[in-house]
Amino acid sequence: MVITPAQARDLREVAWNAAAQVVDPEIPALTIADLGVLRDVVVTDQGVEVAITPTYSGCPAMNMIALEIELALEREGFRNPVIRTVLSPAWTTDWMSEQGRQKLKEYGIAPPVAGGGRRALFGEQEVACPQCGSANTEVLSEFGSTSCKALWRCKSCREPFDYFKCH
Amino acid sequence: MATAICIQNSALFMYVLGRADDALILGHRLSEWCGHAPMMEEDMALANMGLDLIGQARELYTYAAEVEGAGNDEDKFAYLRDVQHYRNVLLVERPNGDFAQTMMRQFFYSAFADCYWRAMMSSTDPTLAAIAAKSEKESAYHLRHSSEWIIRLGDGTDESHRRAQSALNDLWPFTGELFQANPEDDALFAGRIAVDPRGLLQPWTENVTAILRSARLTLPQSQWMQKGGRSGQHSEHLGHLLSELQSLQRTYPNATW
Repeated sequence: MVITPAQARDLREVAWNAAAQVVDPEIPALTIADLGVLRDVVVTDQGVEVAITPTYSGCPAMNMIALEIELALEREGFRNPVIRTVLSPAWTTDWMSEQGRQKLKEYGIAPPVAGGGRRALFGEQEVACPQCGSANTEVLSEFGSTSCKALWRCKSCREPFDYFKCH
Repeated sequence: MATAICIQNSALFMYVLGRADDALILGHRLSEWCGHAPMMEEDMALANMGLDLIGQARELYTYAAEVEGAGNDEDKFAYLRDVQHYRNVLLVERPNGDFAQTMMRQFFYSAFADCYWRAMMSSTDPTLAAIAAKSEKESAYHLRHSSEWIIRLGDGTDESHRRAQSALNDLWPFTGELFQANPEDDALFAGRIAVDPRGLLQPWTENVTAILRSARLTLPQSQWMQKGGRSGQHSEHLGHLLSELQSLQRTYPNATW
């Protein structure tokens, strides 16, 4: 099938919107668009190709995300979509959208400190409690339930919470 | 899928494969702790670090397969190579031993990986630079975690000090191989595709000795170093490790989930 540039643009928008709604299976409050994992969608005569980028090297959610994108595109009528993984440039938590950070907080996970870099990774930052907003918090465990999270505790409201580590 | 694959020789391919093997074997060693660590937080930490390393290995194997262009993939490299075709340093195949041995091994490797991946971020090879950008942050996190444990164990009770010192004595001879360069890698260094590990010895030694001093641990007198892993001469421990790692594919060739 030969498609015109205008049709390709329309199809790309449909494909992008379908892929963008796929959520992270480990943090279902976030879509892959919020995370910055969805990099590109290309529609050609051959079909649709979606480029995604992995978050943490060992994140097991990536396989699941690729499968979910494929299903979402097939539901929109795209046949045999191709999901490509791009490594460069490397993903960082700075790519998480403002909307994504807000959603994380509402879900009970403290969002990564923006632009934190290495210093933030090494704990030289204040993490506000996602429940009560207090900055009087402490780290309980540097490693948490998934590779992207650490376990913290609020000393004001006494609630434990997950913190999405800077990467 | 064949029952075993051999590896072809090309400098970049062999180089990437060696780094992937380091990450896979250490990641597998850490996974052996799952459910056995001294406390819940540490169980999660060891499993998480193992997951990061296996993730790095997967990206490196996938790239190695692309460079090789012989139709192999990450699974074939991991499951269908015999011991002598593995190119990891001997340090990472050392058995877990007690918790001090595991942490000392992690500390030595992470201190290397931290400066190695940071330097590799400026590789002229965009894929290696991108893998480095991720691995650098993960290695830094592992280094901080293992450094804190080395200090806590070395500067802890008499028993924890004794075990940490014994781990240091046992593992120190395995650190030299991290800085060994193969003559075939010269072109990779000249093209700034890869980092010459010999240049990392000094910063590594400075960082490591500073932590060991805080931990009240003493460096062994002997500077004699073990080697062989990079040329496929391994200890018997790697064979045992692979027999477990590869058992499913070896017993049921071509089995898939």
